[in-house]
Amino acid sequence: MASLTQAIRMALHYAEDNMQLRDVFGQDVGAPLGGVFTATQGLKTAWNTPLDERGIIGMATGIAMTGDRCVAEIQFADYIFNTIDLLKIAGNTHWVSNGNYTLPMVVMTPVGAGIRGSVYHSHSFDAWATRLAGWKVVMPSNALDAYGLMLSAIEDPNPVLYLKPKALMRVRGEDLIPGEPEDAKELKNMIDAPVVERERAKWKPKWPKLERYMVPIGQAKTTRAGRDITVVTYGRHVLMCNKVADDLAAEGKSVEVIDMRSLYPYDWQTIKASIQRTRRAVFVNEDTEVTNFGEHLAYRVTQELFYEIDAPPRVLAGKNLPGIGLHPNLEEHSVPQTSDIAICVREVLNEVP
Amino acid sequence: MALANVTLKSNKTTGSKMTKAKSSSKKSLALPKELLLQMHSLMVKSRVLEERLIKIYKAGEAYFWIGAPGEEAFGVPLGLLVDKGQGPAHDYLHLHYRGTPTLVAMGMPMIDSIRLIMNRATDTSTGGRNFSNHYCYPQWNVVPVSSPIEVQYGMAIGTAHVQRRTKGRGLSVVTGGDAGTAEGDFATCLIWASRPGAELPLLITVQNNKWGISTSYDTQHGETHVADRGKAFNIRTRVINGNDPIETYLALEEEMAYIRKNRKPVLLEAEVSRLYGHSSATGANLIPEKDCLLNFEKLLLQQGLLKEQQAKKIWSDFEEEARKAQETVRTEPPPTSESVWDHVYANGENADWRKF
Repeated sequence: MASLTQAIRMALHYAEDNMQLRDVFGQDVGAPLGGVFTATQGLKTAWNTPLDERGIIGMATGIAMTGDRCVAEIQFADYIFNTIDLLKIAGNTHWVSNGNYTLPMVVMTPVGAGIRGSVYHSHSFDAWATRLAGWKVVMPSNALDAYGLMLSAIEDPNPVLYLKPKALMRVRGEDLIPGEPEDAKELKNMIDAPVVERERAKWKPKWPKLERYMVPIGQAKTTRAGRDITVVTYGRHVLMCNKVADDLAAEGKSVEVIDMRSLYPYDWQTIKASIQRTRRAVFVNEDTEVTNFGEHLAYRVTQELFYEIDAPPRVLAGKNLPGIGLHPNLEEHSVPQTSDIAICVREVLNEVP
Repeated sequence: MALANVTLKSNKTTGSKMTKAKSSSKKSLALPKELLLQMHSLMVKSRVLEERLIKIYKAGEAYFWIGAPGEEAFGVPLGLLVDKGQGPAHDYLHLHYRGTPTLVAMGMPMIDSIRLIMNRATDTSTGGRNFSNHYCYPQWNVVPVSSPIEVQYGMAIGTAHVQRRTKGRGLSVVTGGDAGTAEGDFATCLIWASRPGAELPLLITVQNNKWGISTSYDTQHGETHVADRGKAFNIRTRVINGNDPIETYLALEEEMAYIRKNRKPVLLEAEVSRLYGHSSATGANLIPEKDCLLNFEKLLLQQGLLKEQQAKKIWSDFEEEARKAQETVRTEPPPTSESVWDHVYANGENADWRKF
């Protein structure tokens, strides 16, 4: 089974062969490294840029103005902040030009904590991203979705921000990508570059015969069916919420987990239908809690489902801190852990109307 | 109005090989008469249009004015020299908010600009969303003008990158003011345009009017010329008198030909005037700086290429065209409130989250 990194790489390869993807670029994205997580290794369209995030976003915008497809990478979301006005312009270009220009560009960037990345390799960007009207925002939680969301992002005529949960980059999926060999070792031998630099120079990937597989943007996925409470999440917290659901099932508590996959546009109909059944909701993510995207969803629950719920909707998010400290005691106390989610879910389940 | 300086300065050049524009004299104006008269006519058209826009603002029929009176000698030759069309085979224009002369020279009807400043539903550039001079013409590769004064330098590298790859003769042009060159995106443009082996067919221009709203260039810039910054990147550079349309035309013609052939960038700085200040925010009143148009007109009159009566008629015909255009636009509808949801996303998808 492919890791999330391999899935992204295979999607980009499929797109350069079949979807007119012409440019994959960013700092260290091209040879020899192929990306700091190796997600762009072996791609014929991948190239290295200067260490200039504003240039990377400007380049992507200009390419998209010609109608060509491109995927740009900001090495870590922590370094995307100096491009925010350019992201805003990319998001408003179609609107402000009265529909004259569309920008079919993808920007991908790793987000979140979980790999001991310290202050500048642990930022989240989801709340910021969802304020960029005109952009679509997606975040996969597994390899198959990573593949399907990337193809959808490349095909979409709008700018799409593809957030990579960096803690999951090495996590293997449970479902095969269409065309992927069943044996993980075989896949590794085919598409992972040798670690030894001398060997890497001569290396060429042997791509499996991949197939088109799309995850529509705006479509969530229910990863655990349940009756008593709905937990809505995305990215690496899908795995944690699934574990909580499995653990609580042993106690007879039935927890539904929804993986949003798309933050914007979001699948309100799936979320709404679930909460109407369970009558309780928790929104989990790791961005800081003040003006958190989960707050918007909780607000919408309050506005539209107030008389159908048995407990106030809760948002479990990262603490409102200026950064993520490196020591595990600091990191784990800053962003929601499995135990925090379990406590929160129990509390909401115990609410008496 | 400053009419004193009729003698057009010869160009100053920096950097690598340059061909000097032939200096204007009574004996030779270096360009064919028809072209000189065409440039004059377009410069008048642009000036009359801008002055009409200012009148519209001052009459309370627009919320804001910003534009390009004083930059006609640079903008008109540029508009005449671009390869106009859609797609990478043609030139891309990343203009800032002083692009009227270029657009007029490319064939933009006056009424388009008036629809834009009066925010009518008929404004094709922005649908009533944006300020004057924020043009957008996809059929001519004129990408949307945005108010941040530096971002176009960072985006122009993208269209130029595609043009480099497509191996045609198309190039990208980016314009901007001197103040905006202090932003990092200007450095981005120089760095990305000159990557070894991946040089871009990009005409990087700076219209140096020596002002950033009310802050003078001399108090903020240590470099002698903005163009000097290109030397560090081995970019061919040039400084021209952007108040001289003949010198500008010849310089742009030469530099664009160089880029089309060699697929390498040029940084060209044009020294220009700013005749009505920054925008309506600074009053939009006439300021006594060198007037490129009146000087050019005087030269053509002196040379016998233009007669006084003929000149007067050119001005009055365009004034009448502008006045009539304004009358027409007055009768046109404003954008509807509901149109805020148009074009949030392509094909109207996902416009209003309340309707997901």
